[in-house]
Amino acid sequence: MDNYLISLINVSKDYNGAEAIKNVTLNIKKNEFLTMLGPSGCGKTTTLRIIGGFEYPSSGKLLFEGTDIINLPPYKRKVNTVFQKYALFPHLNVFENIAFGLKIKKLDPKIISKKVGRILELVSLSGYEKRSVNSLSGGQQQRVAIARALVNEPEVLLLDEPLGALDLKLRKGMQLELKAMQKHLGITFIYVTHDQEEALTMSDTIVVMNGGMIQQTGTPEAIYNEPVNAFVADFIGESNIFDGVMLEDYQVKIFDKMVRCSDRGFDKNEPVDVVIRPEDIKIVDETEGIFQGIIKSVTFKGVHYEMIVQAKNMEWIIHSTKMRPAGNSVGLWVDPYDIHIMKKVTC
Amino acid sequence: MKKTWAAYPYLFWIIIFTIIPLGLLIFFSITVQTASGIVFSLDNFRRFLEPVYLKVLMRSLSLAALSTVLCLLLGYPAAQFLAAHDLKHRNTMVLLMVLPMWINFLLRTYAWLPLLERKGLINYILGRLGLPSLNLLYNDFAVMLGMVYNFLPFMVLPIYSVLSKIDRSLIEAAEDLGADPALVFRKVVFPLSLPGVFSGITMVFMPAVTTFVISRLLGGGQFTLIGNLIEQQFLTVGDWNFGSAISMVMMAVILISMGFASKYETEQEGGGLW
Repeated sequence: MDNYLISLINVSKDYNGAEAIKNVTLNIKKNEFLTMLGPSGCGKTTTLRIIGGFEYPSSGKLLFEGTDIINLPPYKRKVNTVFQKYALFPHLNVFENIAFGLKIKKLDPKIISKKVGRILELVSLSGYEKRSVNSLSGGQQQRVAIARALVNEPEVLLLDEPLGALDLKLRKGMQLELKAMQKHLGITFIYVTHDQEEALTMSDTIVVMNGGMIQQTGTPEAIYNEPVNAFVADFIGESNIFDGVMLEDYQVKIFDKMVRCSDRGFDKNEPVDVVIRPEDIKIVDETEGIFQGIIKSVTFKGVHYEMIVQAKNMEWIIHSTKMRPAGNSVGLWVDPYDIHIMKKVTC
Repeated sequence: MKKTWAAYPYLFWIIIFTIIPLGLLIFFSITVQTASGIVFSLDNFRRFLEPVYLKVLMRSLSLAALSTVLCLLLGYPAAQFLAAHDLKHRNTMVLLMVLPMWINFLLRTYAWLPLLERKGLINYILGRLGLPSLNLLYNDFAVMLGMVYNFLPFMVLPIYSVLSKIDRSLIEAAEDLGADPALVFRKVVFPLSLPGVFSGITMVFMPAVTTFVISRLLGGGQFTLIGNLIEQQFLTVGDWNFGSAISMVMMAVILISMGFASKYETEQEGGGLW
């Protein structure tokens, strides 16, 4: 309650019995760049639409600066949304689209054109006022959509996969622009994406969702380095995930090998997920490794090589700057602190 | 691959049934039969400028315009209802809207007679309620009722088709930007539905302004609209030249009204029926 701008408390939403989100509790601070990340159908868009007022939750509370706004219609909320497919008004030109919200507020026309001019400068579309929105490229439409929301100076900007339709290069550029805008304007951004790299690049806080539930909330570093379960580990960056059994503290059995690790606090003989990042596996001589395997394929990825190693009847993904040719028999080494032990999740 | 030959039957069709009759119509309208044979003349058009005929034209136009407005006022909310995103049994509803159009036009207009008559059903019910009976038939009201009843689907369907294609996220975007339901309608839904409205207007106005069946059946014999006038010239009086001239005037009126509508539609890129 204290200093949070928006709080969702035990919010659930079901569509005719099918639960889209379950018991979502989420606190959003002022000026935060929060990203909801997850595969499609994980409930992230539903959560965003509940905040925007376009969906009515089946249960739970939604607080805005401490007051419940669940019954407030969208047009009375102090949030603005950038829609997935931009939703620009086709019958209005760029200026009229951006001025839409300001005209509803009945601002003085002079102030409106000043504000629109300034925001167009911010999204580098000055001079496009009279253009029809249908004549714009995807990237330009997207910037008009952002400008149309931002010009109202909302306290919170909701963004629903706004970069989804753009090509890679444009997307990267817009990510940085959006982040810079957010810092510059001091607006809270709630951003929805399924692109983990985008989430890592832009966010202060990432909320990883799956199956309608929040899996983990934390900074990008925390999410990447200390994923709480195999799903998060797999979704944020590539991971090797194996079945293991925790024998005792700091001792895990992977396949038939006892391996030292840095985790403790599990039950004796508890089945666990063992997660190892591709860049944490070192390729050594056959005799020195914990596991032995044969390199099946090598792909050059720019910064590193991606090697698929067949070991213990599993394919291991390994990222390394040093290349070993395919067909070689190699040993695989992992430091104990790079072995992440996670409780099995049932979902 | 252009299969131009496949269009020949159609070309043949329009030459026989459109171009030639149109040429004949023009020919008749600018000629008069005299004792010494056929003479070119604009007399037919001059004759149409007589007050008695102009009055008929004005009456046709105003009745058609009024019933178009009524169709719009009744049809727009109906179209909105049909296009509502959470409507169950949408197809059944649309079918019910269209169903009367499958019944013969003459028959379903004729069916109003036993309802509206002096001793018809409506007056019977009024009498039973102790109310005085009304004069419902053979007047402006009856003709307009017939027009609205017959042409309402032509207003509803194009508006419905445009409305149901409006992206819901546009409505959400407007709400998001602070528009209450009335403003959403005024600033987004209505402007985006204009192509359908213009289609509807032309599709109602055109048949309404030229009808002669409705005015004959429900207006009684003495009730003359421009359509009846043309019919009389051809079938009763036998003055094909004057009849053609009136037809030409009507065509001009319709062309002008269609010109307005199509201008809007090309501007708005809509999904109307024209």
